Amino acid sequence: MALQELRHKTRDVSVRLYRDGKGEPLVFLHGAAGPPPWGPFFQTLAGRHDVLVPEHPGFGLSDNPPWLRNVGDAAMYYLDFLDGLGGAPLHLVGHSLGGWIAAELAMRNGARLKTLTLMSPAGLRVKGVASGDNFIWSLEETARNLFHDQAFAERMLAHVPSDEEADIALTNRFSATKLGWEPRWFNPALERWLHRIVAPTLVLWGRDDKFLPSAYAKRWGECVPNARVEIIPDCGHLPHVEKADSAAQKILAFIGGQK
Amino acid sequence: MRFTFFHLMPYRPLDMTERHKHRAGWVVLPNSLYDPKKGADEYQAYIDQLVYAEELGFDVIGVNEHHQTAYGLMPAPNLIASALIQRTKKAKIAILGRALPLVNNPVYIAEEFAMLDNLSKGRIITGFVRGIGNEYHASGLNPFFSHERYQEAHDLIVAAWTRPGPFSFEGEHFNLRYVNLWPRPYQQPHPPIWIPSMGSSETIKWAAAPERKYPFLVTFSGRDLVARYLNMYREQAKQYGYEASGDQLGWASPVYVADTDERARAEAKAGIETLFNDFLAVPWEMLLPPGYMSLSSMKNTMKMRKALGTRARHSMEELIESGTVVVGSPQTVRDQLARLRDATGANNLVTMLQFGVLPDDLTKRNMEMFASEVMPQLR
Repeated sequence: MALQELRHKTRDVSVRLYRDGKGEPLVFLHGAAGPPPWGPFFQTLAGRHDVLVPEHPGFGLSDNPPWLRNVGDAAMYYLDFLDGLGGAPLHLVGHSLGGWIAAELAMRNGARLKTLTLMSPAGLRVKGVASGDNFIWSLEETARNLFHDQAFAERMLAHVPSDEEADIALTNRFSATKLGWEPRWFNPALERWLHRIVAPTLVLWGRDDKFLPSAYAKRWGECVPNARVEIIPDCGHLPHVEKADSAAQKILAFIGGQK
Repeated sequence: MRFTFFHLMPYRPLDMTERHKHRAGWVVLPNSLYDPKKGADEYQAYIDQLVYAEELGFDVIGVNEHHQTAYGLMPAPNLIASALIQRTKKAKIAILGRALPLVNNPVYIAEEFAMLDNLSKGRIITGFVRGIGNEYHASGLNPFFSHERYQEAHDLIVAAWTRPGPFSFEGEHFNLRYVNLWPRPYQQPHPPIWIPSMGSSETIKWAAAPERKYPFLVTFSGRDLVARYLNMYREQAKQYGYEASGDQLGWASPVYVADTDERARAEAKAGIETLFNDFLAVPWEMLLPPGYMSLSSMKNTMKMRKALGTRARHSMEELIESGTVVVGSPQTVRDQLARLRDATGANNLVTMLQFGVLPDDLTKRNMEMFASEVMPQLR
């Protein structure tokens, strides 16, 4: 199967959906910058799974429903979204903001989840370990702070966005602000309720993450009952970009190990 | 015309070399650069200037609110207003303004203004603003909800001033079982509300609505923008079916007068250039946090920014050219202000006669020259 770009409707909300591959469904919830480019990470996953990457409501070309006010709303929306995919068990993977949404979804109702993978998720606070202030960073600081290997940052900075890309980046920045500005990238209730996650959970983190420090991974490991924590060396906040093969292989191995 | 003497109260002793080791003079500028002994002298000098403005015949003296910045030392402008009430007799005292979205209970703003109104026996003019974008970094408040909170806080404050209490208020952001102001405001139905703004069509439409008719002040803009925004307000009023009065229109501008153009330019230069380049200038990530303006306005702003490229320092000459500041001999200053007044019909001029590092002696002479050589002729 080739990569498809689709419109997908759940109740009154139409979103953009990328889909490729065959096998048990794997839903990927993207971070604050929107769906990542379809590269080796997704291609590897699509070798074994029916990979679905929805663009969150309020992001990119998806609808922006007025009722979406916080991450809890996004989590409830994705429960509806999963119901709309039929009854089969599935694998949920979330990165950063998407990891936060995935965790909030899983602690509300994990009945559909065969596994949960949280890649450098937002959502928890570790007192004394500040997250990076992505809202004050310039474009250059953002690029530099997202990656361990600065060659990735150079490529990101060298890219001149088209008008459409710039508009989408701004749309995403607005929605990320709505969801993540205050309290900054966390929900204080999470620590109280993450014990409700029943799915086997993989927490993946880049050791050199300058946005959400890898020290947070330990806290996630303590809060989620069946969690395995893996730290990826020489990697920043985007393991699926900077260590695409290794991140995808770890996820596949984790999923495979649960059968 | 009605004249306001407005003060930002900048921290003039700021070490500008140190200042530029940081991304802005706001929020992240270490407060170890603030020396309380020098700062206390600044407050004293600035309050003296505001009091002196009454003696010189200004109709209104004005202060405002900014947080965590050397640009203005008034995180709590009502404290200054309270001090001014005790030292003045007849001048109106304008707080331009309080940033409504930043507080968690806007009733406190209604209460403080009502207190000031009673203390001054009705000399208070209030200003309702959202705060500059930097304020959302300083307060941590989510800028995405800035507009919503502003609208709701406004409705709550006006209701608190005018509706018999106790009553309950049911909003999206503010929910209060008991709203019951003690004291009620001295002026009836409530103190005047002015809307200082960088200009946006949404704000103009809202301020000009017949049930509000709030005076609109364009701040920090070149003469073309001032004229455009004030005429937009006029047009909007016509669409609402009434003619806007000059009292509903105004603009704010740094002004410097000396006996010749050359002397005025020489004396004002450091003050003007530090105001714009050292105190006010911030990166766009701080000035325009997402949601501070609407997505569509922001898209346009970013396209303009892309077209303009990175901005170098503003020179005073360029700011004079665009009419963002007015600097010159009495004749020059009178002509420029009169031209903008005549082009817009605006009746409110909010002057900043101290700006940036402008020292006390030049500020005093500027105030005296303006009061004797400009104000009477423009009245």
